[in-house]
Amino acid sequence: MTDAAHTPHTPYPAVIPEPDEATRPSDPGGHEARRKARSSRRSKRALYHLLILVLTVIVLYPAIWMLLSSFKPSSDIIGEINPIPTDFSLDNYRTAFGGIGGISFWSFFWNSVILAVGSVIGVVLSATVSAYAFARIQFPGRDVWFAIMIGTLLLPFHVVIIPQYIIFNNLGLVNSFIPLLAPKFLAAEAFFVFLMVQFMRNLPRELDEAARVDGANHVRIFRSVVLPLMSPAVMTASIFAFIWSWNDFFGPLLYLKDPDLYSLPVALRLYVDQTSVSDYGAQMAMAVLALVPVMLFFIVFQRYIVEGVSTQGLKG
Amino acid sequence: MTTTNADPNARRPKRSARQRRETAAGYSFLAPWLLGFFLLTAGPMVASLYLAFTSYDLFSSPQWVGFDNFTALFNDDRWLNSVKVTLVYVLVGTPIKIVAALAVAMLLNRKSRAQGAYRSIFYAPSLIGASVSVAIVWKAMFMDEGIVDSIQSLFGVGIGGWVGNPDMTMPMLILLAVWQFGAPMVIFLAGLKQVPQDLYEAAEVDGSGPVRKFFSITLPMLSPVIFFNLLLETVNAFQVFASAFIISGGTGGPAGSTMFYTLYLYIRGFQDFQMGYASAMAWVLVVAVGILTAIYFRTSRYWVHYSGDTR
Repeated sequence: MTDAAHTPHTPYPAVIPEPDEATRPSDPGGHEARRKARSSRRSKRALYHLLILVLTVIVLYPAIWMLLSSFKPSSDIIGEINPIPTDFSLDNYRTAFGGIGGISFWSFFWNSVILAVGSVIGVVLSATVSAYAFARIQFPGRDVWFAIMIGTLLLPFHVVIIPQYIIFNNLGLVNSFIPLLAPKFLAAEAFFVFLMVQFMRNLPRELDEAARVDGANHVRIFRSVVLPLMSPAVMTASIFAFIWSWNDFFGPLLYLKDPDLYSLPVALRLYVDQTSVSDYGAQMAMAVLALVPVMLFFIVFQRYIVEGVSTQGLKG
Repeated sequence: MTTTNADPNARRPKRSARQRRETAAGYSFLAPWLLGFFLLTAGPMVASLYLAFTSYDLFSSPQWVGFDNFTALFNDDRWLNSVKVTLVYVLVGTPIKIVAALAVAMLLNRKSRAQGAYRSIFYAPSLIGASVSVAIVWKAMFMDEGIVDSIQSLFGVGIGGWVGNPDMTMPMLILLAVWQFGAPMVIFLAGLKQVPQDLYEAAEVDGSGPVRKFFSITLPMLSPVIFFNLLLETVNAFQVFASAFIISGGTGGPAGSTMFYTLYLYIRGFQDFQMGYASAMAWVLVVAVGILTAIYFRTSRYWVHYSGDTR
């Protein structure tokens, strides 16, 4: 890199520093030119901000519409462009908390929590341990396994779900959480392993070499040296594991047959199928409730999430 | 230092003993992934390849039928339709989403304190877009006399609900995909930060305008990121399921217009219990995606520009 790359470049040198034009007496012609340039820059900026603002409104509109519609009576929802409720009520939430088919809303919520927390634990355990082998241990076959793991990232999941279902069915595990959690404990989502490997490779090797000289074995090094340094990657993986599990629909649809075991997305689908066509209010309230944890996660962990996406290419 | 002074004859066997220990440690640490790979990926792949040549309903044992499933596939109008629906969604929706992501990233790529906030806001739909909740909202917005219909009627171009109109369900679902432009946008923003600023300065000295700079500098420098985003989004687009399932009530309707590949596979495999047929479908998909990916990587060297800086 040359020095030129570091010096800030000013495309319009004349208009950049202009702290106090009233105190500047001389050069009326240059002043005029400067004012023109500045006002065109100003209107450009105004246009730019207007454009972004419009875009923001469009992007947020569906979410805001969903949230505010959930406080309206069902008859006011469908064709109503203005999302702000005229008569605000919590009736929809009362209906939603009333549950579905005699099963409490909290039962579905709790099932979702168990699945999501179980996924986080499984993903973090299996991905960090497996990644340690890829990133920190020299052994024959390692590079081949790594290439295979990368290959599985692009494999359509369709090709494994039917035999997986047959296996779990033969083991009598359909209609339990095990088919949904076992893959997480076995690092079947290669993406998380990959993320951990990338992160681990960037940790300084001197630390584990020093530990080795002191006679520490791999278990020790993993637990006392590497794992404590992994917290940013563990955070990112945990957040995404939680959200993906929380939103997952296909897995629970396939494996959970008993409504007592339903997670929120499947329960939501049951609700949409069961209720009379007109009860949109309760549907909206349920939809909002099902997204609350995800939105809370997003607000709290925004930085981790967006950074995770921009550095690791995690999808949403 | 004391260990190195030990008996020199002991060194060689000790070293290989150490290597053996390393290998043992390596495979022990790799065990969770290896177990998962054999039990949940490789094993099932072999099993589904076998099942693809059988007729199997989960309750009686599989019957070998040779290539019957595959010949049946290519004569199955519903399957051909699901291929068409999925390809339209992937080939039209993904490029629109990528272009939207790049356009907004270009717009946001300037030093501004608000950039971080906009980045987060625009990213949010990517987190929830594939959920059942959003599918319900989308359906409510695009139904007959829903808000989209109302807005269209205001402008005198009302066409009724999109949900029940076989010509409009695809645009509706593509809009849902494009709404989630935030994830590739965030990746583009990270890529834009990597473009060396001196290139733009040199171009300005040469008198290049913004359009020229975009096509001659930004686009080539960003091509690895474009490649990555296209690959990721294409693979994701093939897996779309929840939105189509919810919006069509699990039927793939109206008139098969939301019968995505995954949905049809679910119907044949897990509703009709034709697991052999569904396995054949899965393998056709794997081969097709494999060929597409190979072509994609092959052609990438003609349009993806790797400079020493970016990779």
